[in-house]
Amino acid sequence: MDLRYTEQEGHFRDELRAWLGDVLPNVPPVPSDHTDLKARRAYDTDWQRLLYEAGYAGIHWPAEFGGRGSTPTEHLIFLEETERAGAPYVGVNFVGQLHAGPTLIAEANDEQRAAHLAPILRGEHVWCQGFSEPGSGSDLASLSTRAIDDGEDYVVTGQKIWTSFAQVADYCELIVRTDPDAPKHRGITWLIMPMDLPGIEIRPIDTALGSGEFAEMFLDEVRIPKANRVGAENDGWRVTMVTFAFERGTAFISEIISSQRLLADLAQVARKVTRRSGTAWDDMGIRRELGRLDAELDALWSLTKRNVSQAQRTGMVGPGGSVFKLAYSDVRTRMADLAERVLSRAGLAIGETLDLSELDHVGQRIYTLTLTIAAGTSEIQRNIVGERLLGLPKDR
Amino acid sequence: MDFELSEDQEALAEGVAALCEGRFDIDTVRAMGETGLDPGRWRELANTGVFSLCVPESEGGVGLGWAEAVVVFEQLGRFIVPGPLVANTLAAGRLDGAASGTVVVGAIERRDGPVLVEHLSWIDVLVISDADGLWSVGAGELRGAPAAQPLDPLTPVSRVESLPQGARIGGAADAARWRLRGALLTSALQLGIAIGATDLAVSYAKEREQFGRPIGAFQAVKHRCADMITRVEVLRAAVYAAGVTVDGFGVDAPERAVSVAKLLASHAAAACGKDCVQVHGGMGYTWEIDAHLYLKRAWVLDHAFGDGDEHAEELAAGLVQ
Repeated sequence: MDLRYTEQEGHFRDELRAWLGDVLPNVPPVPSDHTDLKARRAYDTDWQRLLYEAGYAGIHWPAEFGGRGSTPTEHLIFLEETERAGAPYVGVNFVGQLHAGPTLIAEANDEQRAAHLAPILRGEHVWCQGFSEPGSGSDLASLSTRAIDDGEDYVVTGQKIWTSFAQVADYCELIVRTDPDAPKHRGITWLIMPMDLPGIEIRPIDTALGSGEFAEMFLDEVRIPKANRVGAENDGWRVTMVTFAFERGTAFISEIISSQRLLADLAQVARKVTRRSGTAWDDMGIRRELGRLDAELDALWSLTKRNVSQAQRTGMVGPGGSVFKLAYSDVRTRMADLAERVLSRAGLAIGETLDLSELDHVGQRIYTLTLTIAAGTSEIQRNIVGERLLGLPKDR
Repeated sequence: MDFELSEDQEALAEGVAALCEGRFDIDTVRAMGETGLDPGRWRELANTGVFSLCVPESEGGVGLGWAEAVVVFEQLGRFIVPGPLVANTLAAGRLDGAASGTVVVGAIERRDGPVLVEHLSWIDVLVISDADGLWSVGAGELRGAPAAQPLDPLTPVSRVESLPQGARIGGAADAARWRLRGALLTSALQLGIAIGATDLAVSYAKEREQFGRPIGAFQAVKHRCADMITRVEVLRAAVYAAGVTVDGFGVDAPERAVSVAKLLASHAAAACGKDCVQVHGGMGYTWEIDAHLYLKRAWVLDHAFGDGDEHAEELAAGLVQ
């Protein structure tokens, strides 16, 4: 075990820092209107283009598909440094970069790869994810969006939900039911759906935070060419799951670094918040909770390094990812509780903390609600950990 | 960066686990609660190199690092091996006979007034640490009254009215290192306790049937077990990181890394111990089932080398520096 970085890794970090130092001063601030999705798309894809030109796009994609082919540790360094430097997030490029792209790399044919991979890296194509349905959330494989075989095309009808950024996406990774009579995992097919096809209707869904990236998508006899099918018909569940093999333990690195910044700031806020006697910082209970959360974030950063090291050696992370997500979402939930206690009445508005902080602790408190839900609820994660890691029997 | 155990470290863990399985099985361990520390078995630990692991080879030790000691102590914790393991290891190379296990060494942090000294009836020498240094006292010089019912039946304690000054065996810097390494090794024991409690609970959840199925199939039980292993894996990362960092192969200050490990260890070991009792239901509250032994050891170890609250305060102070 050695937590120090090799000379080569240090060199990679130095080069990246120098580049970030050069370009970030010229990157404009994030568009202030979070509901203006076109502006968000333009901003995020401009940043993607900058990454592409500097050779940092698709840092974890294999070089033969236009990526940088970096090791998991270099990927970790990339995410750590870009976050510390305050670089823009992956934003609207999330699905393309981290989900659809890797799936195409693993499962698509040469034609499909040629058409889609480079435009994702260049920030030209934005993707969204058509997985969840109103009736199929945690039980995703029960999805009922139907695809009828009609010669050259599938004719698709159904409803998808949580299709974030569908409003500004060019393509959708869509999973549909092609065989309603097969067991639920065996009748699913993975399709590339261009978002400009007739029959697609997108309705925005407002989030509890008041942001507008959420959407639901209604599909009414949308004709998707069979040439857009990735993998075999009815083999879409496996195609969907294969992306998890790309998980290198790097999923939450930006989050860990930004959480550490948030916690350090909260400690400073505690010193400024006055109470009947002294400040919030003088409250021993608050101080100790700050110390404990600091310890937990530090441990999660170490756990990240263990998962990344495992990925570097074996190419996979396994259920360690679920363990991480469970622990991380719990820490953030308690951070949100602590922020509520520390800010007290200064936390009664989003984006207004009575000059106590420049960070949005109140917005973060609301955002934190997603962490125990998105990408598999904590309840589902506990099932995964209990059954796959501990070998406990299924309750079915 | 490579934060996976090396093959040597894995072999070391397996070796210690095999030793514990053979020589510190639960019946032997439980018997020590009645008959006291078995000096023969204590010397077997010494002969395997447990106490002299980090003593340089030039001084007759094994010459390994603190990361290796962590791997070893994790296994000792898993098997609830009793005795002043940490103190004996810290004293090796400093007090004659500690490395060979012929002298049994205990430890306590100095405080005023009456104190409960762990293992007093089992040890030959007590090392007292304070801000100024390390001090040794012969166990016979301390007139201690053994408590009839120690919290952990495998960690005897004796009431001592006041600690003497003792003979100086180290300065302030030695005392700081003593505390740092002591907290590190204790956190590794706590990691082992958390693992042992989790393993016991999970195997019971697979065997015990109610309502016609193993209780581990019910989400209420399954999720509790998932929370146990989650605590274990987060703690493992922190404890290994602390070991590596104390060896100088880390990226943070060793004091910080160790505080992180010890703080999380205190919470995780006790929480896993309690969950282990709960998963066992009524059986968990019996003397016969080992669940209470894990929990009680976890409680005892929380108070060695700085409890959770103390390390939390130190980390909080670091946030606003």
